[in-house]
Amino acid sequence: MNPVRKQRLIIILGVVVGLAVATGLLLFALKQNINLFYTPQQVASGEAPVGSYMRVGGLVVAGSVKRDPNTLDVTFDLTDGKGTFSVHYRGILPDLFREGQGIVANGQLMAANRFEAAEVLAKHDETYMPPEVQDALEKAGHPGANAEKSAQ
Amino acid sequence: MWQTLTRWYHQWGSPRYFFQYSGVLLPWLWPLAVLTLVVGVVWGLAFAPADYQQGNSYRIIFIHVPAASAALLGYIAMGVAGLVGLVWRMKMADIMIKAIAPFGAVLAAIALITGAIWGKPTWGTYWVWDARLTSMLLMLFLYLGVFALMNAIPDPRQAGRAASLLSVVGVINVVIVKYSVEWWQSLHQGSTLKVVGESAMPSEMLAPLLISMLGIYLFFACTVLMRARTEIMVRERKSQWLREVLR
Repeated sequence: MNPVRKQRLIIILGVVVGLAVATGLLLFALKQNINLFYTPQQVASGEAPVGSYMRVGGLVVAGSVKRDPNTLDVTFDLTDGKGTFSVHYRGILPDLFREGQGIVANGQLMAANRFEAAEVLAKHDETYMPPEVQDALEKAGHPGANAEKSAQ
Repeated sequence: MWQTLTRWYHQWGSPRYFFQYSGVLLPWLWPLAVLTLVVGVVWGLAFAPADYQQGNSYRIIFIHVPAASAALLGYIAMGVAGLVGLVWRMKMADIMIKAIAPFGAVLAAIALITGAIWGKPTWGTYWVWDARLTSMLLMLFLYLGVFALMNAIPDPRQAGRAASLLSVVGVINVVIVKYSVEWWQSLHQGSTLKVVGESAMPSEMLAPLLISMLGIYLFFACTVLMRARTEIMVRERKSQWLREVLR
């Protein structure tokens, strides 16, 4: 390779590698701010400050959803297998909100085990399948991708 | 092998060769692109089975995923062209960047808009500032930035150098977009398509998705070749060979 080009190549690759490392360090330092939500484990371990506004994410515990028959109030438990706390919400839940489904709630942590949600978003996973496949899985005794469908 | 590659590289790096052979390629590439795109999208939107959880709203995947992946690949191609332009000072590299940027921006915008439309019924919101959505928005701005640099600086050589640098540096963001859903907790789900291992999708949904992806790549390639040909005609308007070819 021509020495002038070689030098230019080294300079440019050096600039790109340097910027990549700088970006990587920056993103690593801001990790907590880039994560969209706190996990139940982080709430349980006290990493999430009580009283502050934040987002939490986790799975809705099967059988924990309690709806008030007269109002839009709903309470449910949120877990990630390592921590659990209860969430209270007043409003209309998204279509994909189901027991066992992942959700992200935006609101205030009132106590270490109680979260007051102002907004509830459903988190979708990357699995897609036709309804017949899901039915067949359930018939065969397999819990399928979400057994909680029948719980509704 | 290496010699064939370098010869091929230098041939396609010359505007004259590029103009001639892209003209041969395009009449074949266009029908192929339109065919695969129509087959993939119609199959996906009308004939693929509905999803067990989302019903029919999941069908936006047949537009959203091809557009997003083509936007990412287009940026990588632009970054490679930028590197070639900066190191080898090849004329064609600048022309390629100018050809890729506008359509890449359109694809990034399509991915963002379709994602928002799907997000409302599925997540319950059009937009959330999570890592994937934010880095994709940044990619749209990078595309627009390259496009703006190319057109804002009157001297084509200086414009090419500035746009090349932004193209090369912006490739870092491609990596961030790709791995944002793995590195951070985000609302956006992980990739359904997996390069290694089995995709989280049955074949009757996967086949139309892969065909529409191929379709959009070919369509992207066709538009880039055509834009590059137009740009060659503008830049080489005084050269003898172009007059001979066009006569």
